Amino acid sequence: MRRTLFLLTLVLTFGLFLAACGSSDSGGDSESSGSDSKSEEEGSGEGGNSDFTVAMVTDTGGVDDKSFNQSAWEGLQEFGKENNLEENKGYDYAQSESDADYTTNLNRLVREDYNLIFGIGFLLQPDVEKVASQFPETNFSLVDAVAEGDNIASITFKEHQGSFLAGVAAANKTESDHLGFVGGVDSELINKFESGFRAGAKTVNPDIKIDVQYAESFNSADQGKLIASNMYSQGADVIYHAAGGTGNGVFSEAKDRVRGGDEKVWVIGVDRDQHEEGAIDDTNVTLTSMVKRVDIAVQDVSTQAMEGEFPGGEVVEYGLEDEGVSLARTNEEAMTEEIISTVEEWKQKIIDGEVEVPMTRDETEEYVSSLK
Amino acid sequence: MFSNRTFNIVVPIVSVLLGLLAGAVIMVAFGYNPVAGYAAMWNGAFGDAYFLGETVRQVTPYILSGLAVAFAMRAGLLNIGVEGQVIVGWLAAVWIGSSFGMPPVVHVLVALLAATVAGGIWGFVPGLLKAKLGVHEVIVTIMMNYIALYLSNSVIRSVLTDGEDRTSNVAETASLAAPWLRELTFYSRIHYGFIVALVMAFTMWFLLNKTTRGFELRAVGSNPFASEYAGMKVGRNIIVAMVISGGFAGLAGAMEGLGTFQYASVSSGFTNIGFDGIAVALLGANTAIGVILAAILFGTLKIGALNMPTEAGVPTELVDIVIALIILFVASGYIIRWVFLKFSKEGK
Repeated sequence: MRRTLFLLTLVLTFGLFLAACGSSDSGGDSESSGSDSKSEEEGSGEGGNSDFTVAMVTDTGGVDDKSFNQSAWEGLQEFGKENNLEENKGYDYAQSESDADYTTNLNRLVREDYNLIFGIGFLLQPDVEKVASQFPETNFSLVDAVAEGDNIASITFKEHQGSFLAGVAAANKTESDHLGFVGGVDSELINKFESGFRAGAKTVNPDIKIDVQYAESFNSADQGKLIASNMYSQGADVIYHAAGGTGNGVFSEAKDRVRGGDEKVWVIGVDRDQHEEGAIDDTNVTLTSMVKRVDIAVQDVSTQAMEGEFPGGEVVEYGLEDEGVSLARTNEEAMTEEIISTVEEWKQKIIDGEVEVPMTRDETEEYVSSLK
Repeated sequence: MFSNRTFNIVVPIVSVLLGLLAGAVIMVAFGYNPVAGYAAMWNGAFGDAYFLGETVRQVTPYILSGLAVAFAMRAGLLNIGVEGQVIVGWLAAVWIGSSFGMPPVVHVLVALLAATVAGGIWGFVPGLLKAKLGVHEVIVTIMMNYIALYLSNSVIRSVLTDGEDRTSNVAETASLAAPWLRELTFYSRIHYGFIVALVMAFTMWFLLNKTTRGFELRAVGSNPFASEYAGMKVGRNIIVAMVISGGFAGLAGAMEGLGTFQYASVSSGFTNIGFDGIAVALLGANTAIGVILAAILFGTLKIGALNMPTEAGVPTELVDIVIALIILFVASGYIIRWVFLKFSKEGK
């Protein structure tokens, strides 16, 4: 008897929930049809390119992650502004709350007839590949990893080149000849940062010591702070982080140390210019940042797609030569003329192909042993 | 007794309605149209076959994690460790699924069994500590969650792969994928797991209500001292309850590992399947059928919410608040009921 009542209860609950939604559904329908006609009017008004639409799916970081999701969204917004697209219609983003949402979000945007859909972050690679194979009519683009498919343009960056320069800058700045590298998740992508950084630093000083540690997470600032604390305590004075939100912990540790005494420590930021993160009063712990112009890349690929020249099946690579990766110079006090000129020198060598920057640990070992 | 029954009917309905209402108020307060918002949610969950498939996909692990929490709860135990048990179950299922070759059907069954056993072991430890040493299961299970998370990361990295952050896909023979259902739902990730979940819900009902062991478990849950006086072995029942609860949770992990994702990956945080399972069990009043219905509600909310920013323009942050409010009211419904029962007991 009691069981029956439970059952009844929950059937009723669910029924009511459905009913509540059902009634609002009809309201929604009429409204959405209203907005449809509105967009049609706009479409005819603008003509030309206005029927091109573009959207992106974030990883779990969201569009305010102060890192590449935000950068990508800024790129799309810029693209939208240039082409008079309307937000939510001409360009939009879908935020993922968990890994399970990537596929759902990609599918939703396909269903809403976006012409080009970006997947932001290497975590979306399997999902983009799968959805792209199911919808050959739609164009996809994946940032930070290579995906196979004729309708996918993969956007990658030569992070190892930028990181090499970060290594050069760090090795020139350090007074203890001891550097640190904090990685997010130990993966092919982050290894590129590590490899470039180590190679760059060893090039300047083959005897320099570099601690490398991974936090196994892109969003635990507490871990980042702990690792940074260990590294600084053991004598490192410049830490390069490639760890997204985890890197915020590195900044906070560095700031605590500089604030607390006469220790002189530095952080090298990543993805965006992280000058703001390092500010304390009138000084700043951010030596420089390895900037990845995800926004430019997203804009570029969108423009190409709009003009009917979508680079499907190709890998679009951004490096030093096209300013796709670069070293920030916001901290003029710390980045002295001397450091900048050394960095420029190596930058030119990389662009000219005189230096082949390693991308993996094995290549790094080889590179480092060739220096001696 | 009558008031209790009435409450079992009224409280969940009222709490869901209040939650939706509060969500609507929030949307109005921030200048968004709640009707459009909920319509977007509805369309996002049931709008076409694809979303329906995704909703079923999301509901499946919720049923199992809800059953896990509910089962322990019926034996008077609060299993916060469902999350960790989900993770080890996921890992075990993928391990069997990707590293061994077996004939079809057998392979998937062995993988499911492995997940159940792994989850069971993860439930056994806190059960044993509780039964023998009286250590509170909440503390132990919370700690076991972290052990599961980091152990699983380390196994994926160093045992299942060579330093990669994701395992290879499980073999075709171990996959729960239902190609014809997927095609029917425009390639959603729906899989046969929902059958497993429904069978398990029936199993739980049968176990608790039709077997001696189930009676003992419920007796221990209602009053351990009276049960012991009646000659039941309380300690053993606690262990059994935790093992079975862990087994359900392990299966929830297998749903993700063999069905939704087909692989396991290094993860920096929890899946939340286990934690959401607590809310599912609460709303479902710890009964099998209740858990199924509550899981459907939660799955709908989760999948439908993803559509709210794109279709109705409600920002993601606001959607999170609306969902949290609904859950809050569902949970506080339980509190209201609890307070009322306390009150009426004192009144007597």
